[in-house]
Amino acid sequence: MNDMITMVDWARAQFALTAIYHWLFVPLTLGLGVIIAIMETVYYHTRDERWLATTKFWMTLFGVNFAIGVATGIILEFEFGTNWSNYSWFVGDIFGAPLAVEGILAFFMESTFIAVMFFGWKKVSPGFHLASTWLTALGASLSALWILVANAWMQYPTGCEFNPATMRNEMTDFWAVAFSPMAVNKVLHTVTSAWALGAAFVIGVSAWLLLKGRNDGHCRRSITVASWFGLAGILLTSITGDTSAVTVTELQPMKLAAMEGLYNGSTEQSIVAFGVINPSKTVDNDETPFLFDISIPYGLSLLAHHDPHAYVAGINDIIAGRAVNETGDTINTVSYAERIERGKAVRAMIARHDEATRAGNTDLADSLKASINADFKYFGYGYLERPQDAVPNVPLTFYTFHIMVTIGGYLVLFMALWVLLSWKPRLLTDRKPVVRRLWYLLAIITVPLTYLCSASGWIVAEVGRQPWTIQDLMPNHVAVSDLSAGYVQTTFWIFAVVFTALLIADVGIILSQIRRKSLTDLDKCND
Amino acid sequence: MQRSGFWYRVWHLYADGFRSMTIGRTLWLIIAIKLVVFFVIIKLLFFPDFLGERCDDDNAKADYVRQELVNPNRGENR
Repeated sequence: MNDMITMVDWARAQFALTAIYHWLFVPLTLGLGVIIAIMETVYYHTRDERWLATTKFWMTLFGVNFAIGVATGIILEFEFGTNWSNYSWFVGDIFGAPLAVEGILAFFMESTFIAVMFFGWKKVSPGFHLASTWLTALGASLSALWILVANAWMQYPTGCEFNPATMRNEMTDFWAVAFSPMAVNKVLHTVTSAWALGAAFVIGVSAWLLLKGRNDGHCRRSITVASWFGLAGILLTSITGDTSAVTVTELQPMKLAAMEGLYNGSTEQSIVAFGVINPSKTVDNDETPFLFDISIPYGLSLLAHHDPHAYVAGINDIIAGRAVNETGDTINTVSYAERIERGKAVRAMIARHDEATRAGNTDLADSLKASINADFKYFGYGYLERPQDAVPNVPLTFYTFHIMVTIGGYLVLFMALWVLLSWKPRLLTDRKPVVRRLWYLLAIITVPLTYLCSASGWIVAEVGRQPWTIQDLMPNHVAVSDLSAGYVQTTFWIFAVVFTALLIADVGIILSQIRRKSLTDLDKCND
Repeated sequence: MQRSGFWYRVWHLYADGFRSMTIGRTLWLIIAIKLVVFFVIIKLLFFPDFLGERCDDDNAKADYVRQELVNPNRGENR
């Protein structure tokens, strides 16, 4: 059993490592793609060569990031087939369908038009080139859309029915999968946050050039586009973050409770603005959840239900199956102890269904199938030894959630200030050089902070739903293949080396291109 | 192939584009190395199709996963 835990941990660590490295490249592609398209649109309308030079500068950086990042996500699919084979079979075509759409439609669209974008400047009409740039950006977003839909299904499995004969979940409603509330929120929240990241990158790089005293006009043009776009992106991220919180409250209440370190819920529930989690606190003891905290009254009720007086369930409430209905009465839902029993019963029925099918007893098999599907939503709980096993890592979920929200809030202010400065540049240029330098330095530091914010969001989304590979249906230790820990450990380190090398190449080439282009191409087009 | 034809222009776009690349050459080299490392080394040596190696067809895969899910404590590593 210990070895198995280690194997699960290594498989999870490997997946997390791959996904986080992959996600370093993706949001920049999504955000920068749209920024380039906006810049080229300005060039198309003005035919001002300076806008063309600015567009081409960012297009080069987009190309570097795209080239280094391309195919890094394919590793995740390798891992599904080897490390997570039970899961891969169990999800059936539900996971495959969105990924197939992604591969056929989005990837081909993206890869076709990116060629026109880079090679077609003097070979196609300006209008066709502009359309290609927009279609490249759209293709990247569509590509992300289908992968996020697949991920959303793991958070909220819907539009499917389990077939005990094939041991697969079979899709019954593609649109329910594609447009589930979880999918819609996830796609919008993730894509708009990528816009903010792309904008922060453009502002950060521009600030670096300004700090060096180079390419003033190019930087001003870039910052004008990026700050407005970034402000729109981060405001939309905030709005979709708010709707995501309501969806999580409804569909993954345990995740919400972990995000807030909330063990015992109440009506008019406050939200922790800042807190230090008590490391000794578990669901098994009565210790206080926080060593220190500053809370905002009514905050969590407002966030979770858009009602300051609403009841928000804590971890203990959810485990016990306590809830409060719309009229304020305490009601009992299915407790986790009961879910475990029902899950075990479903498992036993799957074995009996197989026996009945092999014996040719179709009536019994059909009857068992109906019973299996009636309680299938509790199937995964049957693998838990005790209700407390369904609680995610509370400190990690809490801290990453608060890091995400804090940096997100900072980004709203940051983008708004840059919008103001791009509108009234004298507010900055009239300041002492030391103030300007500090402001530029802050812009540079904001780039890694935005990446941290983005990665934290994913950690909240994924760690907050543990122990599930598929919410409520399949815990991690059942989803993995029967492999040794050493096997997965080896490939973990291989990936760590390969991805680190790619990241170093990415950063190195981007920095060298910024230096080279700023001294050559951009210098020719200075204002 | 007619020089004014669509396919010629598509070919010319790519051929000329690849010829005039600067940083693109380095990036394509990185992409090529990466794809070889991913698909030839990592995929072939370390990431076999776990179920495909153990089961001949979909029925056998369903049986295997059923056993895994019905008896989650079986297996050499559990």
